[in-house]
Amino acid sequence: MSRRWITSALFAALLLLGGCASSSTWGWYVINPMTEAGWINVRFLISGMGATILLSVVAASISIVLGLLVALPGLSERWGVRMINRVYVEFVRSIPLLPMLFWVFYGLPIIFRSMGLNVPIDPFWGAVITLAISDSAFTAEIYRAGIQSIARGQREAAQTIGLTYMQTMRFVIMPQAIRRILPPLANQFIYIVKMSAFASVIGMQELTRRANELVVTEYRPLEIYTLLILEYLVLVLIISQAVRWLERRMGSDERQ
Amino acid sequence: MPNIAIEMTGVNKWFGSFQVLRNINLKVHSGEKVVICGPSGSGKSTVVRCINRLEQHQQGMIRVDGTELTGDRRSVAAIRSEVGMVFQQFNLFPHLNVLENLMLGPMKARGLPRRDAEARARHYLDRVRIPDQALKKPAQLSGGQQQRVAIARSLCMEPKVMLFDEPTSALDPEMISEVLDVMVALAQDGMTMVVVTHEMGFARRVADKMIFMDEGEIVEEGHPEAFFASPRSERCRKFLGRILKH
Ligand SMILES: Nc1ncnc2c1ncn2[C@@H]1O[C@H](COP(=O)(O)OP(=O)(O)OP(=O)(O)O)[C@@H](O)[C@H]1O
Ligand SMILES: [Mg+2]
Repeated sequence: MSRRWITSALFAALLLLGGCASSSTWGWYVINPMTEAGWINVRFLISGMGATILLSVVAASISIVLGLLVALPGLSERWGVRMINRVYVEFVRSIPLLPMLFWVFYGLPIIFRSMGLNVPIDPFWGAVITLAISDSAFTAEIYRAGIQSIARGQREAAQTIGLTYMQTMRFVIMPQAIRRILPPLANQFIYIVKMSAFASVIGMQELTRRANELVVTEYRPLEIYTLLILEYLVLVLIISQAVRWLERRMGSDERQ
Repeated sequence: MPNIAIEMTGVNKWFGSFQVLRNINLKVHSGEKVVICGPSGSGKSTVVRCINRLEQHQQGMIRVDGTELTGDRRSVAAIRSEVGMVFQQFNLFPHLNVLENLMLGPMKARGLPRRDAEARARHYLDRVRIPDQALKKPAQLSGGQQQRVAIARSLCMEPKVMLFDEPTSALDPEMISEVLDVMVALAQDGMTMVVVTHEMGFARRVADKMIFMDEGEIVEEGHPEAFFASPRSERCRKFLGRILKH
């Protein structure tokens, strides 16, 4: 029930906001949680939240691993190996999200089928793959900058006590670099949450899709999309608070 | 005839089109102490860094403890585990405490169990005379203490050769002697050492051989007594005149 109270309070704020305009412009009844019909609509809209969060978390997790794998060759001394990183980053970074989503969702299954594989790509995984790959180009750059910010002497000292490349990364470079990597990485998560809205066009039942469906039946785009934007706002505010907290913790670690 | 620990023959090296090393020939017998001096930019660091392949030479031959340095990864790893290195900037791992700094190499590169690694770490901390700082982070130590930890960290790998690249240049004057004392003790224990330094008092005390470099060349080498008393080349005489005045 408390959720209903919160939305009611939010709704009252919206009324104040909309009150400036004439009553024919705004029709808040459609998402008025104090009426039964309005409350059903609000619940329908908010029910996309779980899917948006799940999609964002899974895509971000994959991007965090993929980004590291892409960043490592970018730190090589060999030109050819570095190029693997450059080509991936430049290529992926220049593909707009929506065309990539279409390609993955509608095109990729055809390739799989031609190879005799039966790999169905549902809207969830289509969106996860697209978001993860698209974001990985940015996380790769974050890793690369973070690792490069660790002085060369650290790597050399690790080498002279006989550590291998992987040991040097794991025990010497990454524990230091992570402080500079984590805050921008968490920030990147905000972009994923916002970009996840594109998943609505391939039919994934997340926040934006729910809003679209309700608009079609209720003909009240202004109110419904206003609420939609507020939903994202709340999500992003929560994440950015978490990022702040993380930055403060990392910062206080640094001072020790 | 003692073993030859380090042998460089006809080594040339370029950074791009700039030649840093010109026909370097150097033999260091085991147990010998060699001190390298010379003006800034003369290639002293580069010589030392070539010996454990932090830099690659392009021509000539470098052999360490009988193994020739080639591109082969295994030979590089083999040589690095026999050669300790102490840097001007200490390069301690700031996220680890002193003990962990010392135990990392023995545990990960040598596969020593934690208990043995810790015993070894404490042994060498004793040797560098800071047994009571084991649990501090590097940032909590003075420069002289940090450099002694760095020396202990190298010693924990029980190397056959120790390289020092201006180990006291980043230190406040009052801390220089505590580091040099540790190095003298190490020399007296028979360690093979190649030391880049401008501390000529130290050189007089421990060096078996002095080397003067300028513009990528070994201009002069010899026994310290003759080297300091009557340098043959004009360049070396001028250089010594300048640094001995201080
Ligand atoms: N990675 C590099 N790329 C290009 N040039 C370099 C590089 N490292 C060193 N050099 C150049 O090579 C020359 C020799 O450098 P080196 O560090 O060996 O000199 P040094 O005798 O140790 O000098 P210092 O007393 O200042 O430490 C210098 O002119 C330096 O600018
Ligand atoms: Mg130098």
